[in-house]
Amino acid sequence: MTSVQPIHPVLKVNQLNIALENGTALVSDISFDVHAGEVLALVGESGSGKTTIAMALLAHTRAGARIESGTILIDNIDLLSLAPEKLRAIRGGLVSLVAQNPAMALNPLRTIGQHLHDVLKAHRPELNQHQRQPQVNAIIHDVGLPADQRFLDRFPHQLSGGQQQRILLGLAFILRPKLIVLDEPTTALDVSSQARILNTIRDLCKRYDAAAVYVSHDLAVVKQLADRVMVLYAGRIAEISPRSSLFTQPRHPYTYGLLEAIPDIALRRAPKPIPGQTAAPGHRGQGCAFAPRCFKASQACLHKQPSLLTLDEQHQLACLNTSVPLRLTQPDSLHNESLIQPEIANTLPILHMHQISAFYGKQPVLHDISLEVAIGECLAIVGQSGSGKTTLAKIMAGLNIAATGRINFIGAELPLRASYRAAEQRHKIQYIFQNPYQALNPRQTIKETLSAAAKHFFKLDHAATALMVAEVLGKVSLPEKVAQQYPRELSGGELQRVAIARALICQPKLLICDEITSALDVSVQANILELLQSLQQDGLAIIFVTHNLGVVRSIANRVMVLHQGSIIESGHVDQLLDHPTVDYTKRLIQDSPSLFAAA
Amino acid sequence: MNISAWTKKIRQNSQIGLGFTLSAGILLLALLGPWLAPHSPLDLVGPRYGSPDANALLGYDYLGHDVWSRLLSGGLSLVWMSIAASVIALVSGALIGMVAGFFRGRIDQTILWWSDVFLAFPNLILILLVVAMLGRDPWLIVIIVSIAFLPGVIRLSRSITLGIAQQEYIEATTMMGYSTYRILLREILPNISMPLLIHLGTMLSWAVGILAGLSFLGYGVEPPAADWGLMVNENRAGLQIQPYAVLAPAILIALFALGTNLLAEGLGRAQSGIKEAR
Repeated sequence: MTSVQPIHPVLKVNQLNIALENGTALVSDISFDVHAGEVLALVGESGSGKTTIAMALLAHTRAGARIESGTILIDNIDLLSLAPEKLRAIRGGLVSLVAQNPAMALNPLRTIGQHLHDVLKAHRPELNQHQRQPQVNAIIHDVGLPADQRFLDRFPHQLSGGQQQRILLGLAFILRPKLIVLDEPTTALDVSSQARILNTIRDLCKRYDAAAVYVSHDLAVVKQLADRVMVLYAGRIAEISPRSSLFTQPRHPYTYGLLEAIPDIALRRAPKPIPGQTAAPGHRGQGCAFAPRCFKASQACLHKQPSLLTLDEQHQLACLNTSVPLRLTQPDSLHNESLIQPEIANTLPILHMHQISAFYGKQPVLHDISLEVAIGECLAIVGQSGSGKTTLAKIMAGLNIAATGRINFIGAELPLRASYRAAEQRHKIQYIFQNPYQALNPRQTIKETLSAAAKHFFKLDHAATALMVAEVLGKVSLPEKVAQQYPRELSGGELQRVAIARALICQPKLLICDEITSALDVSVQANILELLQSLQQDGLAIIFVTHNLGVVRSIANRVMVLHQGSIIESGHVDQLLDHPTVDYTKRLIQDSPSLFAAA
Repeated sequence: MNISAWTKKIRQNSQIGLGFTLSAGILLLALLGPWLAPHSPLDLVGPRYGSPDANALLGYDYLGHDVWSRLLSGGLSLVWMSIAASVIALVSGALIGMVAGFFRGRIDQTILWWSDVFLAFPNLILILLVVAMLGRDPWLIVIIVSIAFLPGVIRLSRSITLGIAQQEYIEATTMMGYSTYRILLREILPNISMPLLIHLGTMLSWAVGILAGLSFLGYGVEPPAADWGLMVNENRAGLQIQPYAVLAPAILIALFALGTNLLAEGLGRAQSGIKEAR
C-alpha cells in the first residue's frame, strides 16, 4: 500500500462516511490516496456518490448532507477539522475545483482578466495590479489561450465553451494548488474540444506537479487521462485499479458490466446492458449493493458486505469473487463481426426528404438536405451542437419551424407542419425526445399518457385501450404496475421506455430518436439500444440523431454527417467510420474517445 | 393529493396552519354570523355610542345599533365580494394568459399590450371612476375589482405557460395533433395550477383591502346595511367614546387579509421548498 511508496501522498482519505441528516448513508467507507502528479478518476453512474466524494475533498457537502466520520488529509492538513476562515484560504490555495458547466461557473458581468485577478486578490492580497499581471499572463498562456490584454478584456459570453473551460482551469491552477478536483469538466463540450481540454489537463497536472481527482461517468474519457481509476457503485468503492489493467482485465463484475455496456466507435458489437437498476440510498440492503444485478453473485454476496482488499500494490477490489480477471469482448474480433452486418433489403424508401432548408428568423440553419430511409433501416444523423441535426429531426416530426422543401412519406406528399398532416400520416411518424425527464406530463399517470395517445388516433373504447397499453408496456419490458405511476416515481431509463411506449402505441412506421440516450447512464443506454434494435428488426425505420459515434457504430446501418447545416459525408456505417474521406469527419472520429482504439 | 396529506401539511407548517385557521375562522364568522346575531343589525336597541352592557357585548354605535350584531351580519358582503372578485380574475386571467403564452407572436403581443394599459391605471382610481359613473351595484364592483386584478393574473399565467409550453411533453402533444383546447386545459393547466392558486390567496387579501376601503369611502355597500368597512367609517367620530365600534370591524378586516396572505405565502414557500428558519 502507500507505506511502501517512498513519497507521501498529497491526498489521503480515510474511512469517509457521508450521510443525509436523517441518517441515510450516501457514501460509506471511502479510503484512497493520490500522489503528486497523479490523476485518479472517480467513475460511476448517477447515484454512485462520485460528486459527493469530490465535493467532500473541499470540505463541502450539499444541503441536507453532512460528513459523519473519516479524515481527509491534503498535504498533511486535516481538512475536516479546520475553522471556516482557514478553509477559505485552503480552498483555491491548496485544493481547487473545476466545475462541470463553465457557462454557469463564470460571472457574466466580469471579464476574464478580472476573474483571474480576483482569485489572486483574495489569496495574495499583498500583490498589486502590476505584480499580479505576470502570473495572470503565465497561466493564460499555460492553458493555451492568447495572453494579450484584448483577450483578457473579454466577457465569458464572448468565448466558446472550450475556451470558458480553459479559463476555469486557469482559475483553478493559478495558485498552484497541491490538489485539483475536476467535476466532469468536459461533459458540456463537443468531442473535439473535449480531446484538446483533456490534453491540457494532463499537461497542467504534470507541469504543476498537482494531484488530480477527475470525476466522470465516461470510462472512454477516463482512459485517455487517468493513471488510476476508482470505480464507485452505490456509495462504495468497487475497485481501484491502475488504468492499464482496468481496461484489459477488470476484476469487479460491475466494472466488467460497465465496459461491456459502452458502445464503442472502434468496435461493432451489441452493448450488453446490466440487468436491474441502481439501488437508491436507503434501499441498499446489508450485502453487496451490486449483488442483485451481478452475474457472479452467490448467496453470501446478499448477506455480507465485501471489504476493500488489496490485490497488489496499486489494485484494490471489494468483491467476494476475486479469483480471476474477467474477460472482455475482444476488439480483434471486430472485423469479422462487421462483415456479418445484415444488408438492408432493397425496399423502397419509406421517407424521402427533398432539398430541405430551414431558417431561424433570417439565419439559415439547414441547406438543401436530401435523404432517404427504408423500412427496417436505421439512419444515424451525426453532428456537433449547432450542426442543425435536431432542427432536421423536428422538421420530419412537423414541429413549427420555418422551412422549405418537400417530404414524401410512403408514396404521399407530407406537409411540413404537423397540423396540416392527416391523422393517418401523423401517427406513423413518432418522435422521442432527448430528455426523458421532460418528455412526459408530470401530472398524468403513465396510463393516462399512453391511453390519451391511443384514443386520439384510434378512437377506441376503454377496454381496447387498456389492452393496447398493457401490450405496449410489455413490448418495452416494463412491469404492469408502471401504468398507475407518475413520471416522478420512475428512473430515467424507465421514463425513456415509457416515451418509446407512447410512440409505439401510435403504431409508427418511422421512429425519430433525438439523442435519446445522452441523458442516461451507460448500462441503461445499452438497454434502450437493445430495445431499438429489436424494434428495427420488426420493420420499423429509425432515424437516430446523436453526437456519439460509439452509439452510431453499434446501432446504425447508414450514417450521415451534418456540419453547419449541410451534409458533408454519408454512407454505410462501417465504411464511413473506418475510411472517412472528408477532413472534418476524420477529425471527429479521431477525437472520439474509445476504449479499444490503440492509444 | 388526498385530504389526510393536506391536513398533515397544515399541521406541520405553522405559517400555513395559522393562515388557514384565521381565514377559515373569519369565513365561518361571516357565513354563520347573520343567524347568530342576537338583534337585527338595523334595530335601534340602545343609546348612541353606548358602552358595552349585558344586552350588547361591544356596546352601541352612532345610531344605537348593537355593534356585536352588526359585526356578525356585516362580514358576509365583504367575504363574498372579495372571493368572487378574486375567483373571476383567476379563471379569466389564467385562460387569457395561457392563450398568450401558448400561441405567442401576435396574439401574445396584443394581450400583453392591453393588460399593460390596464396595469397603468391605479386599481383604486379605476374602481372609483367606474363606481362614480355606473353606480354601486355589488356585482358591478366585483367585476371592476376583478378587472383590476386581471393584468397580474394574465402576466403570471402567461409567464409560467411560456416555460411549460417549451417542455418536450407539450411539443409531443403538438406533434401528435391534439386539439388546442385539449393541450391548454388537460396538459398545461394542471401544471400551472399551483402557482395560480397561491396567487388567488394573495389576490384575496388585496381584494379585502380594496373592498373594505371602498365601503369606508362610501362607495361600497349602501347604509344602513351592515358592513365592516362601512362600520369603521360610520363610527369614527365616536372613536374616543366608544372605540369598539371602530376597532372590532377593523381588526376583523385586518385578520382576514392577514390570514389569506399568510396562507398564500405559506403555500408558496412550501411549494418552492423554502424551509422555515430554525
